[in-house]
Amino acid sequence: MTTVGMTVNGDPVSVETEDRTLLVEVLRDQLALTGTHVACDTSQCGACLVLIDGVATKSCTTLAVQADGSEIQTIEGLAKDGDLHPMQAAFNENHGLQCGFCTPGMIMAGVDMVRRLGKDLDDETIRSELEGNICRCTGYVNIVKAIKAGAARM
Amino acid sequence: MANDGIGASVPRKEDRRFTTGQGTYTGDVNLAGQLHAVFVRSPHAHAHIKSVDLSEASKMPGVVAIHTGEELEAGGINHLICGWAITSKNGSGMRMGPYPPLAIGKVRFVGQPIVAVVARSRDQAEDAAEAVQIDYETLPAVTNPVDALKPDAPAIHEFEADSSVWEHGRAPSNLIFDWELGDAAATDNAIKSAKHVVKIDLVNNRVVPSAMEARAVVADYRSSDGHFTLWNTTQNPHLLRVVLSAFINVAPEHKLRIIAPDVGGGFGSKIFTYSEEVVCLWAAKQAGKPVKWVSGRNEAFLTDAHGRDHVTTAEIAFDDDYRMLGLKVDTIANLGGYMSLFASLIPTYLYAPLLSGQYVIPNIHVNVRAVYTNTVPVDAVRGAGRPEATYVLERLIEKAARELGVDRAELRRKNFVREFPYQTPVLWKYDSGNYDGLLTKALAASKWDDFEARKAEAAKRGKLRGIGLSCYIEACGVAPSSAEGGALGAGVGVWEMAEIKVNPVGTVEVLVGTLGHGQGHETTYAQIAADRFGIPIDSVSVIEGDTDKVQQGMGTYGSRTAGNGTSAVYRALDKIEAKAKKIAAHLLEASEEDITIANGEFSVSGTDRKVTLTDVSLAAYTFHKLPKDIEPGLDEKAYFDPTDLTYPAGAFVCEVEIDPATGTTEVVQFTAVDDFGNVINPMIVEGQVHGGVMHGLGQALLEEAKYDPGSGQLIAGSYMDYCMPRAHDLPKSFDHAFQKTPTPNNPLGLKGCGEAGAIGSPPAIINAITDALGTEDISMPATPEKIWRALQSAGQNA
Ligand code: FES
Ligand code: FES
Repeated sequence: MTTVGMTVNGDPVSVETEDRTLLVEVLRDQLALTGTHVACDTSQCGACLVLIDGVATKSCTTLAVQADGSEIQTIEGLAKDGDLHPMQAAFNENHGLQCGFCTPGMIMAGVDMVRRLGKDLDDETIRSELEGNICRCTGYVNIVKAIKAGAARM
Repeated sequence: MANDGIGASVPRKEDRRFTTGQGTYTGDVNLAGQLHAVFVRSPHAHAHIKSVDLSEASKMPGVVAIHTGEELEAGGINHLICGWAITSKNGSGMRMGPYPPLAIGKVRFVGQPIVAVVARSRDQAEDAAEAVQIDYETLPAVTNPVDALKPDAPAIHEFEADSSVWEHGRAPSNLIFDWELGDAAATDNAIKSAKHVVKIDLVNNRVVPSAMEARAVVADYRSSDGHFTLWNTTQNPHLLRVVLSAFINVAPEHKLRIIAPDVGGGFGSKIFTYSEEVVCLWAAKQAGKPVKWVSGRNEAFLTDAHGRDHVTTAEIAFDDDYRMLGLKVDTIANLGGYMSLFASLIPTYLYAPLLSGQYVIPNIHVNVRAVYTNTVPVDAVRGAGRPEATYVLERLIEKAARELGVDRAELRRKNFVREFPYQTPVLWKYDSGNYDGLLTKALAASKWDDFEARKAEAAKRGKLRGIGLSCYIEACGVAPSSAEGGALGAGVGVWEMAEIKVNPVGTVEVLVGTLGHGQGHETTYAQIAADRFGIPIDSVSVIEGDTDKVQQGMGTYGSRTAGNGTSAVYRALDKIEAKAKKIAAHLLEASEEDITIANGEFSVSGTDRKVTLTDVSLAAYTFHKLPKDIEPGLDEKAYFDPTDLTYPAGAFVCEVEIDPATGTTEVVQFTAVDDFGNVINPMIVEGQVHGGVMHGLGQALLEEAKYDPGSGQLIAGSYMDYCMPRAHDLPKSFDHAFQKTPTPNNPLGLKGCGEAGAIGSPPAIINAITDALGTEDISMPATPEKIWRALQSAGQNA
């Protein structure tokens, strides 16, 4: 067992984990942050995206011990004081989600795109940047729209 | 307020939960003291189980119990069932092989569960599962449905010989049924005497449903009264309860509560009863503790029921004026190693009757042979039978137009059904439609007539450009239970139930037996209720997916929410309205006929006297002032059984560009015009089209659940080797338009929209590709490799 200290959504936390435990397992099982999802076992779907020190990272492919000392932001930490983050609001307004299972990862991917590429994102860019996120429901049409609109407002 | 109601593109009520991470999916449910189940699955496609040694595993840390098929059987747990009886044309029943929840004696597909290990943590259960020793005697496997029918194919199930009906005294190897629909002799005659006959051979590729949320189970047992609670990723909690209780004998219905919390997509795969829920319920009872299982993606590939997998030959006959005379279709359908819950329905009544398409075809005959193979069971996947039918017909018509040198759009138009209701020669009676209108709109929106210029321009850039068309028909609602459902072999009714509760303070709760898993039910139903009273949708909550709250229901599949769910809600609202008006009339000292409802208020028409919905509901519950002929409360229930199916239709145009150097296809333009009848929330409905078309695009270009024919291993068993559509696969431009021809078969005139995109798009895409390449010889998925090879061999032949 190793002690891992992190800041999660602004709160300092300390957890005991096995070295083999994944970050997503700690978030979901130990910290009850079940908004981060697992939809594959080959690091392809992006349902598990969280921001580690601001950078979108697949928490299913990150060991919890690797996150020691980091600042983690999950989907639960995005809205501030009851106000949706612009990216969350844009997903609602543009019908960028159906079953919602891929959605936390999609929103995190959108937030990360803005960090890397700025607020002015064109369709082509968003489509290719979503390479690591799979959605079975929406056909991506409205996800692309939502990220574009959300980015512009960030 | 009115803009919250029917017809408004209201943003969804449920979204806030999902965008903030507050959704509760089954995998998010954790109960105090819960144990974890891990399944030991067959690594072989076909094998005798010679021995199972649990001695090492049971000594592993954390292990609480290990369950086997023999133990379940001894405990009175029955086998999984197929709920739709199909009879072969010679009168013999379908041959249903025993399907124990945990394998007994033999395994018939890779991934079949044999042993369940229950331990305190998932890691411990996994470690112990590794220590289970099973000795197999492997048998030859067969995965292709055509091969499975050959006399020397390995027999997957053992059946008694039945010399009275089958030639040679025994049904062909692995045959489940040999079924037909339509008039064989008349169709043969029509083809024989026709001026033109065109034939096609097709394979409809096997696909994995792949909802992003994999299946999961949390089972709880209360020993004091023998009561179970099951949280499960299901599209139909009530149906699951009936099956688990009446057929599998897990518990009587009143002692089995099923909760489907948020469900992360289904596409058919979560309709069925699977081994895992049966075993976890059993395990929870034995351990006296909750038992949880969450499928990994690898398990999802191996064990979720797959879809499609047809091999078909079809012929169509025309007279000298290109009018359709007859259609003959012969299909072999792969149902996998066992019969899943609706496996027999998909390639029969959801397939063959759809082969009339949008056309007047006086003679149709369809023969379907369903077979066992050493693959995971095949059942409904988005569209279920209808995509297979549309693919056959729309590929065949396109090919006919090319072979006969006639215009593809005009060949279709000439043969369209124009009078409704239209009785096809294959059971179904179309409700309403305007197929000319759909085609005209789609051709105009896609600039069909200017295609040659675009093709020439693409050629200058070294690209091969092609255009394809598909005119699809859908049949939604499964079947009316009272009329045909029973006669056609349904084991269940397919009505729907809703209850409306107006609370004392005037807020409204809609309880309904369907189960949204991405379709926006919480918003759509709320719009219907809000519309009735002129109240905001925020005053309405929608409750689904808990058998202790919603009394009865049949779940969500086959777009039955649109036709049946909304109708049940509508009927319950009728009852509420009638009673509320009676109460309002009493409060206002007016006559009921003079009461009108708007903006949440009941008024006496022609006066300014009014009471609010809250006044009425409060009066209903306080009951101080109401006469004795009114019962207290404002809470009504209604069942709706449709008189018939509904028949959405559409016209899709797809335009592709192929890079001859690499064989890659880009969908440059996709145009969809759909007739779903009336529409409650156009934004949500359009979202269903986007998802459906992309699902179909996946099947047409990317997806194939490929088994290795020798070993029976699933080769495409993860997202690394099974190609899901991604955002960059999106058509470059995507146009959508509605045409609205309401159905007379339900009160709101809704036809359904969930499957349309997946039904209509594969033939449109393949027709565009074959147009670009000038060859018919491209099978789905049309991968770059296949296209490149086709171009190479065309080049060599030229
Ligand atoms: S769960 Fe992390 S990429 Fe799929
Ligand atoms: S919304 Fe269901 S997987 Fe994306």
